[in-house]
Amino acid sequence: MVEVIATFGETAVLAAVDPVPWARAQMAFTLMFHIILVPLGVSWAFMTLIANYRAVKHSDRDALMLAQRWSKYMAVTFAVGAVTGTVLSFEFGLLWPRFMGQWGAAFGVPFAFEGLFFFTEAIFVAIYIFGWRRLRPWPHFWTGVPVVLAGIGGSVSVVAANAWMNAPSGFTQNAEGTVVAVDPLRVIFNDAMPLQAAHMVVAAYLVGGFLIASVYATGMLRGRTDRYHRLGFLIAFSVAAVATPIQMGVGDSLARWVYNNQPVKFAAIELVPTTSSDVPETLLGRLDDDGTVSGGVPIPGLASWLSDPSTGRSTVVQGLDTVPADDQPTVRQVNIVHLAWDAMVGLGTLLFLLSAWYGISWVFRRRMPASRWFLRAAAASGVLSVICLEAGWIVTEVGRQPWIVYGIMKVEDAVTGNTGVWISFCAVVVLYLAVGITTILVLRGMSRRFRRAGGFTEHDAPYSPSALPEEPSPTREEAVR
Amino acid sequence: MIAAVAVVLLAAVLAYALFGGADFGAGFWDLTAGGPQRGARPRAVIEHSIGPVWEANHVWLIFIFVILWTSFPQAYASITLTLFVPLMIAALGIVLRGASFAFRKAVVTTRNRRLFGAGFAASSVLVPYCMGAIVGGIATGRVPTGGRAGDPVDSWINPTSTVGGVLAVAAAAYLSAVYLVWDARGLDQTDMAEYFRRRAVASAVVVAVIAAAGAFVLRADADYLFDGLISRALPVVILSGACGVGALLLLVRGAARGARALALVAVAAAVVSWGVAQSPYILPTNLTFAAAAAPPGTLTAVLAVVVLAAVIVLPGFVLLYVLDRRGLLPEEGVDDVADPDVDRAPDNDPHLHAATTRDSIEEPGR
Ligand code: HDD
Ligand code: HEM
Ligand code: HEM
Repeated sequence: MVEVIATFGETAVLAAVDPVPWARAQMAFTLMFHIILVPLGVSWAFMTLIANYRAVKHSDRDALMLAQRWSKYMAVTFAVGAVTGTVLSFEFGLLWPRFMGQWGAAFGVPFAFEGLFFFTEAIFVAIYIFGWRRLRPWPHFWTGVPVVLAGIGGSVSVVAANAWMNAPSGFTQNAEGTVVAVDPLRVIFNDAMPLQAAHMVVAAYLVGGFLIASVYATGMLRGRTDRYHRLGFLIAFSVAAVATPIQMGVGDSLARWVYNNQPVKFAAIELVPTTSSDVPETLLGRLDDDGTVSGGVPIPGLASWLSDPSTGRSTVVQGLDTVPADDQPTVRQVNIVHLAWDAMVGLGTLLFLLSAWYGISWVFRRRMPASRWFLRAAAASGVLSVICLEAGWIVTEVGRQPWIVYGIMKVEDAVTGNTGVWISFCAVVVLYLAVGITTILVLRGMSRRFRRAGGFTEHDAPYSPSALPEEPSPTREEAVR
Repeated sequence: MIAAVAVVLLAAVLAYALFGGADFGAGFWDLTAGGPQRGARPRAVIEHSIGPVWEANHVWLIFIFVILWTSFPQAYASITLTLFVPLMIAALGIVLRGASFAFRKAVVTTRNRRLFGAGFAASSVLVPYCMGAIVGGIATGRVPTGGRAGDPVDSWINPTSTVGGVLAVAAAAYLSAVYLVWDARGLDQTDMAEYFRRRAVASAVVVAVIAAAGAFVLRADADYLFDGLISRALPVVILSGACGVGALLLLVRGAARGARALALVAVAAAVVSWGVAQSPYILPTNLTFAAAAAPPGTLTAVLAVVVLAAVIVLPGFVLLYVLDRRGLLPEEGVDDVADPDVDRAPDNDPHLHAATTRDSIEEPGR
C-alpha cells in the first residue's frame, strides 16, 4: 500500500516537474487565447472604416453610431490582444530558451518587422479611437487606414515566423550547429510563408466578420431589427461572405503545399499509416495503436484525388511509416490532427454554404435571406468560425510534432530546464480565464449601456460641434434593407 | 555593426524607461490617491494623460525583446532561463495591468471601477519592481551562459535587485509626477498641478536617497558595475546627478519650464550610465556583446527595421503625442445613462435637435 502511494507520489511529482508537457500546454493555451483576439484586431478596423466612410460620405447617422461604438469595443479587444501578445514574446524565451538561443537570429527576424507594424497599429488605433470628438471627419477617417494596413502587415510577419518553423530556410550552420550566417529575406519569405500568411489574413477577415455578424444576428432574433442592427449585420456578414470562398481556395492550395513539403503532417491529416495510392478521405475515424484506421466514413480515392487532381486516384500519398517512429507524431497527436482537420474543413464548408445562401439571396432578391433559420445559423457562425481557426492552427502545430523546427530541432531539445513551469501554467490559465470572462462581461455591459442611451449622449457626439442629420435619408434606408 | 545594435538596444531600454516608466508611475500615484472620493480628481488627470498613449509606450518592451532575441539570442536565452520567475510575474502583471486599465474605462459602477483600478494600480508597482530586479540580476553577473540556469532565487532576490526594483518603482513615480504637473496645467487644474508638484519633489528626494544607498550596495555586490560607474560611466553619472539636483531645485520653486526636461535627462542619464558601466558585456562578466551577437545578416535586418521605424513609426509616435498634448484626444469612456427606462427615441434627444444641416459633416472633407 505504502509502496503504491510512494510510486503514485513519485509519478505525480515527475509529471509535475517534467517541463515538456507543461511548456507545450502553456504555449498552446496562450496562443489559442491570443488568436481569438487577432481577427478582431486585424479586421474590425476595416469594418469600422466601411461604416465610417458611409457615415461621412452619405451623412448616415446609424453608420456613424456604429463606427463609433465599434471603435470603442475595439479599444477593449485591442488592449487584451496586445497584452496577451506580449506574454507570448516573454514565453518564447521562458519556455523555449534553447530554441531561441539557437535560432533566434533567424526565427526572430520576422518579429522585428512585426514590431514595426504593431507599433504603427497601436499609434493609429489610439488616434482613431480617441479622436472622434475633436478631429475633422475625413482626417479622422484617414487615421484609421494605417490600422487596417498595419494589421495585415503584422499578421503576415508573425505567420512568416511560424511558417519558418514549417519550412526553415535562409541560414547557414557550422559543424557544431551554430547559425553562422542569416539571409533575412529568405527567412521571411520562406516557402511556407505566402500561402500560410494568405490563409491567416483571410481567416482574420472571415472570423472577424462572422463573429461580429453573429452578435447582430442574435440581436435581430431578439427583435432588434432596426436599421442600426441591420447595418451592423450587413457590413460584417458581407465581409465574411466574401472571405469564405477565397479561404477555401487558399486552403486547398495550402493542403497541396503540405502534401508536397510536409508529407508526414499530410499523412496525419489524411490518416494514412502506410504509403499507398487511391487513398480515401476518411471523415472522422481514428488511428489505432496497432497502426490501422478504424471507424469513420471513407470516401474512396478522394484524398489521392485532391492531393493531385492531374494524376487523380492513382496519386501516391506517403504514409506515416516512411519516417522512423521517433520522427512521427504519436498516435494521439495524429488523431488530434485528423479531428482538427475534419473540424476545419467541415465547419468551413458549412460557413461556405451559409455565405452562398446569403450571396444568392442578394443576387436574386436584392436583399438578405428573410428566414429565421438564416439568422439562427448566422448567430452560430461566430463561434463556428473561431473553432475553424483554432482547428486550423492545431493541424499546423500538432501536425509538425515532434519537430519545433521542421526536420531540424525537436521540441524536447528546445524546452526550458525549469521544473516550475507547471506553476506558471496554472497561473496563466487562472489569469486568462478571468480576463476572458471579464472581457465578455465588459463588452456586454457596454452594449447594454449603448442600447439604453439610444442616440448619442452629450459626452459622445462625434465630430462635434459639427452637426448630424436628424434622420437617415429614406433612400439610404431602402438601400440597406 | 554590433556596436550600433547595442546602442539601439540601449535606446529601446531608454525609451521604455522614459515612456513606459512614466505610465507605470502614473499607476503608482493612482494606487496612492486615496479613496474613491478623494482620489477622483487625481485619477481623472492620470487617466486622461496615459489613456491614449499607454499601448504605444508598451511596444517599446516588445522592441527590447525582439532586438535581444534576434541580435543577441544567447543572451536572451540565458536571461529567460535564469530569471524565469520575475519575468513570468512581470508578464502576468502586464496582462493584469493592461486589461484592467482598458476595462476600467469601459465600466461605470464605482465598485467595478475600483476593482479594475486596484488591479491596474497594483500591477503598475509590481511590474517595474520585477524589471528593476531583473536588471539587478543581470548587472551583477548572476546570469550565467552556455545553457546553464543561474540560481532561480538569488538571481533576483539579492541586494542589488532589491535596490534596482525599488529604484525602478521610485524613478517611475518621479517621472510620472513631473509629467502630470504639466498635464494638469494643460487641463487648467492648478490645484492638481500643485498636488503632483509636491509629489514630484517628494519622490525626487526618495530617488536620491535610494540611489545613494544603492551606491554602497553596488560596491559590495557588483564589482564590475561599480567600477564602471566610477570610471567609464562617471561623466554620465555626474550628468544624471546634476540634472536631478537641478530639476529638484526647479520643482521646489514652483516647477518652472526646465524642470521637466532636466528630470527626463536625469533619468535617461542614469539608464545610460548603467549601459556604459557594464559595457562591453551584455551579461557581466560572462558574455560580451561581440560574443553574443547574431550573424551580420540578422544585424543588418534589425538596423533596417530601425531605419524604417524612424521613417514610419516615429512620425506617427510624434503625431500621437502632439495630438494628445493638444487635447485633441479626449478621454473616451462609456457614459451611463442615469435612467435605464429612458429609451429615448432619436427625435426627442435634445442633442440631435441642436444639429443643423447635413452639409456641415461633409464640409471639412472637401
Ligand atoms: C478560420 C477559418 C478557416 C477555414 C474556413 C479554413 N481554414 Fe485552413 N487554417 C486556418 C483557418 C481556416 C488557420 C488560420 O487556422 C490555419 C492555421 C495555420 C495557417 O496558416 O492557417 C489553417 C491551416 C490549414 C492547413 C495547414 C497548413 C500547414 O500546416 O502549414 C491546411 C492544409 C488548411 N488550413 C487547409 C484548409 C482547407 C482545404 C480549407 C477548406 C475547406 C480550410 N483550410 C478552411
Ligand atoms: C504565428 C505564430 C506562431 C508561432 C511562432 C508559434 C510557435 C510555437 C512554438 C515555438 C511552439 C512550441 C513547440 C512545439 O510544440 O512545436 C508551439 C506549439 C503549439 N502551438 Fe504554435 N505558434 C504560432 C501560432 C499558433 C497559434 C495561433 C495556435 C493556436 C491557435 C498555436 C497552437 C499551438 C499548439 C496547440 C502547440 C502545441 C503543440 C504540441 O506540443 O503538440 N500556435 N507553437
Ligand atoms: C497568427 C498569428 C498572429 C496574428 C495574426 C497576430 C496578430 C496580432 C495583432 C493584430 C495584434 C494587435 C493587437 C490586437 O489587435 O489585438 C497582436 C498583438 C500582439 N501579438 Fe499577436 N498575432 C499572432 C500571433 C502572435 C504570436 C505568436 C506572437 C508572439 C510573439 C504575437 C505577439 C504579439 C504581441 C507582442 C502583440 C502586442 C503588440 C502591441 O503591444 O501592440 N502574436 N497580434
